[in-house]
Amino acid sequence: MQHRIPPLPLLSTLVVLTLLVFCVALAVGSVPLSLHAVMDAFRGSGDPLAHTLVTELRLPRAITAFSVGGLLALAGALMQVLLRNPLADPYILGVSGGASVGALGALLAGVSGLWISGNAFLGALVSMLIVFALAHGRGGWTPTRLLLTGIVVAFGWGALISFMLVLSDDASLRGMLFWLMGDLSYRGSSWLPLAVLGIGVIVWLPFARHLNVLARGETLAEALGIAVRPFSIAIYISASLFTAVAVTEAGAIGFVGLVIPHILRLVSGSDHRSLLPGVALAGGSLLMLADTLARTVIAPQQLPVGVVTAAIGVPLFLYLLNRARGPL
Amino acid sequence: MNALPALSTHGLSVSIAGKQVCRDLTLDLHAGMCVGILGANGVGKTTLLHTLAGLRRADAGRIRLGGTPIESLSRRNIARQLGLLIQQQEDSLPASVLETALIGRHPHIGFWRWESHHDVAIARRALKVTGLDGLEQRTQTHLSGGERRRLAIATILAQDPTVFLLDEPAHQLDLQHQISLMTLFAGLARDRGRLVVVSLHDVNLAARFCSHSLLMFGDGETLAGPVQAVLTAANLSRLYRLPVRPVSWPGGTLYVPEQEPRT
Repeated sequence: MQHRIPPLPLLSTLVVLTLLVFCVALAVGSVPLSLHAVMDAFRGSGDPLAHTLVTELRLPRAITAFSVGGLLALAGALMQVLLRNPLADPYILGVSGGASVGALGALLAGVSGLWISGNAFLGALVSMLIVFALAHGRGGWTPTRLLLTGIVVAFGWGALISFMLVLSDDASLRGMLFWLMGDLSYRGSSWLPLAVLGIGVIVWLPFARHLNVLARGETLAEALGIAVRPFSIAIYISASLFTAVAVTEAGAIGFVGLVIPHILRLVSGSDHRSLLPGVALAGGSLLMLADTLARTVIAPQQLPVGVVTAAIGVPLFLYLLNRARGPL
Repeated sequence: MNALPALSTHGLSVSIAGKQVCRDLTLDLHAGMCVGILGANGVGKTTLLHTLAGLRRADAGRIRLGGTPIESLSRRNIARQLGLLIQQQEDSLPASVLETALIGRHPHIGFWRWESHHDVAIARRALKVTGLDGLEQRTQTHLSGGERRRLAIATILAQDPTVFLLDEPAHQLDLQHQISLMTLFAGLARDRGRLVVVSLHDVNLAARFCSHSLLMFGDGETLAGPVQAVLTAANLSRLYRLPVRPVSWPGGTLYVPEQEPRT
């Protein structure tokens, strides 16, 4: 029998873990600071350099990393229920492809800053609407039809991305590749994604038991009193929006959205009432930790954060999967 | 017998993919009945049950659940009165046996509430009745086919509706569990005032445990009535397109196929 951690200890552990990683993210960097110095910086006393470093550079970046990681994990958990497919991740239906095409288009055009984010978000929305409209088709809105439509549209975006990369000159190629791999540097507002994450968890939490039921299949969910169609559409739209916000903020960071929900399912079961806040905290801390490592390991050079999430996540996931008995 | 039928159809016509499932079917199904639906493969038993559960639209006619037109009830409201055991269940995402049985309580639990001890007690009792006690913490994907079928039955027992629609509940069950399952549902109908509508492939299970039967001949033709009147060798021979012979034994009549199907 597999030992499972009950919800309360799990969530408290994750909160502590998040706070711990948060402190590390603020303290570690080109100028290492003690926790004491970090506290001073917040109060405004102490070294002015430390103050700038903490409040203007490290804090926004840590919060962005946390929110993006949380949003991706939340979107992944929702997509897995919607498609009832353990391989589903936030990008599977092409949202990130659309965002990437938007962002690369802006980079190709030579514009910068907000234009890139704006275009990326627009691209994500366009992709979401295309998939939604096409998957509707004439017949039903089955998970298989949605999945196939999304994958084919994502493939189309992928081809466009390759085309744009070939067109671009060497100077902008590096920036584009970084964007594609996911990158948390030079990003603007840090509070918007956090707000979206908070609202996302709060809105979906009351529906967590509905998600538990839908995870067992559409007909059963319908027979147990869930209006499956509007509910599925709501899942699709909000998971796509969460993904769009995350991708706009930080590029297509892979892995978090696929694996964090599975890690949580392995350690504490698949009751979405603990899973949803759990994945938000775990995804957030993983990305915050990964970003801290990404900017310190080969400083002053930065690694793409996606490389680091994979370096932490792959062995962790394989260990847990191996430890679990029997099929997932 | 209760004046108001638990489930009724009036002039019901259902078709799927151009094939007529039933035509102008009028039935009054009362609490206390156990109705066995019999018919050849692909005749539309599942489609009819799903239509009765309000999951798909009929071409014509009305379905009333407890006197109310079913299309005017919310899904949740239907689920509190009517349970449907579906043929195939998905389980691509893992969950424990107890969690799965508790899913049946979903329509009864308020939006802001969690399962109470009462709900857990009901789910545990359902697992005990289906012989799954002791496996509560097992992951449902670790169960055998028959155990999963019994888990699905435990889930609908936990739902505790007044109308049970069961789509081939005996499928994948061994002889012992087939008999205890049918005893259980026949008892729920007879002693606890539930309506049980059950599609079966075993004529003899229907003859032994059901009070009424609905025969589906294909092309929309149906015949309904008390088991003694409907389950005759002539009707069954027509139903399965193969000569069926009644054999008497102390417990009643058994129906056995006589020879190879006519071509």
